[in-house]
Amino acid sequence: MPFSITDIRADFPILSQTIYKRPLIYFDNAATTQKPMQVINAISDYYLHDNCNIHRGVHYLSVKATEAFEEARKEVREFINAPSTHEVVFTKGASESLNLVAASFGKKFIKEGDEVITTIMEHHSNFVPWQIICGEKGAMLKVANILPDGQLDLEHLYSLITEHTKIIAITHVSNVLGTINPIKEIIAFAHSKGIPVLVDGAQGVSHIKVDVTDLDCDFYCFSGHKMYGPMGMGVLYGKEKWLEELPPYQSGGEMVKDVTIEKTTYNELPFKFEAGTPNVEGVMGLRAAVQYLKALGMDEIRAYEDSLLKHAFERLSAIKDIRFFGTAPDKASMVSFLIGDIHPFDAGTIIDKMGIAVRTGHHCAQPLIDHFGIPGTVRASFALYNTIEEIDKLADAVSRVKTMFR
Amino acid sequence: MTIQELESQIVDEFAAFDDWLDKYDLILDMGKSLPPIDPKYKTDQFIISGCQSKVWLHAEYRDGKVYFTADSDAIITKGIVSMLVSVLSGQTPDAIQSADLSFIDRIGLKEHLSPTRSNGLASMVKQMKLYAMVFKMKS
Repeated sequence: MPFSITDIRADFPILSQTIYKRPLIYFDNAATTQKPMQVINAISDYYLHDNCNIHRGVHYLSVKATEAFEEARKEVREFINAPSTHEVVFTKGASESLNLVAASFGKKFIKEGDEVITTIMEHHSNFVPWQIICGEKGAMLKVANILPDGQLDLEHLYSLITEHTKIIAITHVSNVLGTINPIKEIIAFAHSKGIPVLVDGAQGVSHIKVDVTDLDCDFYCFSGHKMYGPMGMGVLYGKEKWLEELPPYQSGGEMVKDVTIEKTTYNELPFKFEAGTPNVEGVMGLRAAVQYLKALGMDEIRAYEDSLLKHAFERLSAIKDIRFFGTAPDKASMVSFLIGDIHPFDAGTIIDKMGIAVRTGHHCAQPLIDHFGIPGTVRASFALYNTIEEIDKLADAVSRVKTMFR
Repeated sequence: MTIQELESQIVDEFAAFDDWLDKYDLILDMGKSLPPIDPKYKTDQFIISGCQSKVWLHAEYRDGKVYFTADSDAIITKGIVSMLVSVLSGQTPDAIQSADLSFIDRIGLKEHLSPTRSNGLASMVKQMKLYAMVFKMKS
């Protein structure tokens, strides 16, 4: 499928609406992306034709829905190039995937005096679960710093590793700075010391071709709704050797093999981690999203988004007093900035009234915002359906903000 | 003037403008007319924390009336704070407690008072009414 922005925008009817008498410009894609008709149709088709509880049913619909569900798992496996489908666990989002690993890995492998390493650029979802488990176990959470341009300070990260380090939990792409971390290099270094690495891929999968086999990561977590799929749907990829070792996170139906009054044995992977009736409509939607991205091609998407990012930097840096947060050379398509000392809340409110959705505040990354000593940033995050013209309008809106708050 | 009269005055001022950006220009002007809060009250003790912007609020009780001073680190928030202070400051505790502050809705700024807006304004109104209640109980 050729990369035609006109055709792509036609797939996203939500984008053609008018707000405050202005055409909607949606730049809050790092929070959630819009959904193409293909995803919306997949969900409604499921309820129109296939709805049924999956796995154990012997009747026609149950078999059909189960097949579609497991087919979706295969497509997700292929999308991230996981070695096996039983290493692909469906969750309700990246946060749940991260909580699952922190809780289950922590329960089994982290004890008093141990250490977990994370970074200052993490979303709270890859920070707080580790803080909690370390608190419970009497372990220490160590936090790697960043360099002034928003790159991870690798030297500092590596210097934190000791013989007590049990796991490194790191984001693929910062949701505030856009920095793409050199995770392959970090994983190789950590493995040379025998330490597993979890990658928070919530901001990675929609922008970058992810190959978990090539990365050799031990866990990779992401959400469906940030990659054009539905909300309440996420994925945990985990290496088989770890998933086999980890205790279940939740219990209930589906995840058990045998239950007697005395004892329960657990189901095989990935079902051990999928307690209860799963979000089947979500999985159908995610499958459609994966097919959509695959058809466009992740390399083409990356190239197009890079051109948006380049244009945004060109236009915005021409505005006097603009301060960017995150200017690393390897960066996903988002810009975080402040205009002089104008409060991000003020800037965001006016930009909204000009029809442009941006996000303001700490972006669920308070340690990072505190590190900069600012009240928050304005973040414009781009997706494959955004245009150069929309970025021009953002630059105009930012100039307008500057005049208003002079 | 009564709270209702003060509210109507503000609603009339906003009625003159059609475009949202002009309305916000007016909000910014209102922020500038907010009497400054004594710096000694700009501490954590007097802070009303929202997720995004902060509000500092101080109240005094004199001759049966409550007097508020306030500030915010965001200018739009400060503009709305200024409106709330100008409407409620100098009123009796009873009047403050029963004020419905519908003017915010009438000028189309209801979203700013929503607790989900996380700018501290919804908590600020609660706090103003709480001060009124406490002063009334003490007097």
